[in-house]
Amino acid sequence: MAKDELSEFHLVGTRPLRPDGLDKVTGRARYGADVSMPGMLWGAVVRSPHAHARIVRIDASKAEALPGVKAVVTRADFPEGLTGENWNLQENTMAGERALYDGHAVAAVAATSALRAQEAARLIEVEYEVLPHVIDVDDAIRPDAPVIREGAADATVPEGSPPNVARYIEFGHGDTEAGFAKADLVRARSYKTEATHQGYIEPHACLGQLGADGKGEMWVCTQGQWFIRQMCSSVLGLEAAQLRVTPSEIGGGFGGKTTIFMEPLSLALSRKAGGRPVKIVMTRSEVLRATGPTASASMDVKIGMTKDGMITAADAEFRMQGGAFPGAPVDMALYCAFAPYKLPASRHVGYDVLANRPKCAAYRAPGSPMGAFAVESLIDEMCRELGLDPLDVRLKNAVKEGDRASYGPTFGSIGLVETLEAVKSHPNLELPLGPNQGRGIASGYWFNHSGETSVSLAISEDGTVQVSVGTPDIGGSRASIALMTAETLGIAYEDVRVNVVETGALGVNEPTHGSRATFASGKAAVIAARRAIAEMCRRAAAEWGIDAEAVEWANGAAQPAGPNAGKFPPMGIEEIAAKMGSTGGPISGHHESVPEGVGASFGCHVVDVEVDPETGRTTILRYLVVQDAGRAIHPSYVEGQFQGGAAQGIGWALNEAYVYGQDGRLQNAVFLDYRVPVASDLPMIDTQIVEVPNPGHPFGVRGVGETGITPPLPAIANAIEAAAGVRMRSLPMSPPKVLAAIKAAREG
Amino acid sequence: MVTVNLWSSLERFTGGQTAVEIEAETVAGVLDGLKAAYPGLAPILDTGVSVVIDGEVATGRHASVADAGEVFLMQRMKGG
Repeated sequence: MAKDELSEFHLVGTRPLRPDGLDKVTGRARYGADVSMPGMLWGAVVRSPHAHARIVRIDASKAEALPGVKAVVTRADFPEGLTGENWNLQENTMAGERALYDGHAVAAVAATSALRAQEAARLIEVEYEVLPHVIDVDDAIRPDAPVIREGAADATVPEGSPPNVARYIEFGHGDTEAGFAKADLVRARSYKTEATHQGYIEPHACLGQLGADGKGEMWVCTQGQWFIRQMCSSVLGLEAAQLRVTPSEIGGGFGGKTTIFMEPLSLALSRKAGGRPVKIVMTRSEVLRATGPTASASMDVKIGMTKDGMITAADAEFRMQGGAFPGAPVDMALYCAFAPYKLPASRHVGYDVLANRPKCAAYRAPGSPMGAFAVESLIDEMCRELGLDPLDVRLKNAVKEGDRASYGPTFGSIGLVETLEAVKSHPNLELPLGPNQGRGIASGYWFNHSGETSVSLAISEDGTVQVSVGTPDIGGSRASIALMTAETLGIAYEDVRVNVVETGALGVNEPTHGSRATFASGKAAVIAARRAIAEMCRRAAAEWGIDAEAVEWANGAAQPAGPNAGKFPPMGIEEIAAKMGSTGGPISGHHESVPEGVGASFGCHVVDVEVDPETGRTTILRYLVVQDAGRAIHPSYVEGQFQGGAAQGIGWALNEAYVYGQDGRLQNAVFLDYRVPVASDLPMIDTQIVEVPNPGHPFGVRGVGETGITPPLPAIANAIEAAAGVRMRSLPMSPPKVLAAIKAAREG
Repeated sequence: MVTVNLWSSLERFTGGQTAVEIEAETVAGVLDGLKAAYPGLAPILDTGVSVVIDGEVATGRHASVADAGEVFLMQRMKGG
């Protein structure tokens, strides 16, 4: 679909009140842990204290003898014979022969109270045979590393590869050696990023009920109710349609709630407890130990550049561990790493490596921030060495529509140049800096995603409209979809209510992931609204006794298309709706598809920092996000996404990291020790929305949720070098590490 | 015939080629044709890949490649 020729918008681009605002500020919004039912039991999970151990014996007799305990489940209660990712999900849900990481579930119990369930969990005796473990990705890829799982390598892995390599990818184009030969400067550097957690405020929570007849229900905090349904059904051997999943309001997900963790356990416990509903709410420690962090990465990058700043060739080898299962986003990291640059020649190599850590989950532009850290840091280092302006170099090498992407295909409409030019003219770049202060710049990229989408729209009796979508609202999609629907129908924003519905109410929807909700559900809602408009025009035509083709829709009303159609006063949506019971029945619109026309999004961030030379502490003085949104439907939410991505990236850059002891146990499994940024750590983050409309969306929307986390890691590293004269090539750039680098530089 | 560009580490399944000619009208034809011509690719294709036609990820097996200027095979793309 081509972008509509809409000369002006009445609603798109405005900033009405958010539809979920009152519920959230008054505490009325119902999150995952807020649902309870009569007869409900509480679940608790027994987790491995070892990074790698054979499970010798599980004895639940003492727990089962405890009054109030209604069920205990172990892996023996799950079906056998699963393969591929279904096996991975089942194994991660409940360990089989071996516990593969600290926090891996080995048993679960349901009892009449939360305290009783926790007490029973402590009484479940698990005998372990502790096995050698490996945590760091560079250690895990060694040929003599402890083997996490025999036979884990898929068909992409060449024979003779180290035993923990699960996937391998290589791609590129052109002659890199010839490219490097043309360069005036060639530099190769190595970079590391630590695993970080999505850090959502709301811990995982669910209430599951499953009867002996295989029929069940679940209320759960998730980004994707159909994913929960499909994954739980696969892991437990259920028929998908017999499981009805209702999403709660969601307190953050960032990709980490697109998969299952303890949800199948509540269903398995419920089935064993005679169908009584079982509620499980994770503690923060469980969230950090056993739910989806992102991968950690070790990366080697080599770039050739002429003295006037043209990149001649690039080479990257990335190694990522995503826990004890395949799935580290090394492919996406490589695809995105050089995406902002037009490369004459490139070579990319990636290894997905197993280690004794929790199974990684998606995290906001999975892989892209790591790749950007390596590439954008090295670009900056080379600009310094050559005395070039890093923004000018980015503009000089920037990809445009029609250019070949570093990962192969040709770009369609993109807005990188417009974004960089907006940065160049932003007043923040002119602000003076003081002693120990520095400015850093970096770009970032995310593809954005479409996915299965189903939307229904129904006209109410009074002419107001309800839209049912399957994508949970994490970042403002209800408001954006309401705006687009109201704009299309020509009615007020307040006359549209967008509901996120359960799995029984629509066809399959992919989760809210890949920055797709406003793009995909929004596009489907517009098409559904157009279908409802067509029906309303038919109803009006029938009333007037003219052809439906002679009726058009404008300003929320059907009206004759021209003077030849006859003279009739406009028939508003309220009038048509009021009569619909006697003119043919309900009026609705529906659309389901995998929407075409996804638009990629580039961003560029500028950060000013001050580094305390006595402590190594980095203070963010000023932060600017500039990003192409295509079209900002509700600019406040777009700005919120920009700011949220930057805030998470700042945490990843400066403080966040999984800290493991020599025993392979996670040492910082609470927010006091795993330090996400708080409001006092951050300045007001400045934003500028660039609008290069996506021709594949009726209003020009690109996804905006993910790109914003990509530039902060290198932007801050670049600013720290500008401020303190030290180049940080591993994350986090915490005060002790920065201070050590400053001292090392002083000592020469 | 359509030229399908593969990521280069797949060349060990295609006799060293990173671009192969397949007789196909649709994405389904591309994937089925690749499996038929190069059986070693089957487990990788069955795991899930993205087919990118003229810069855009194809939305289904029905998508046409008849008039495609370029076709790339990529790892399956999604997001967070």
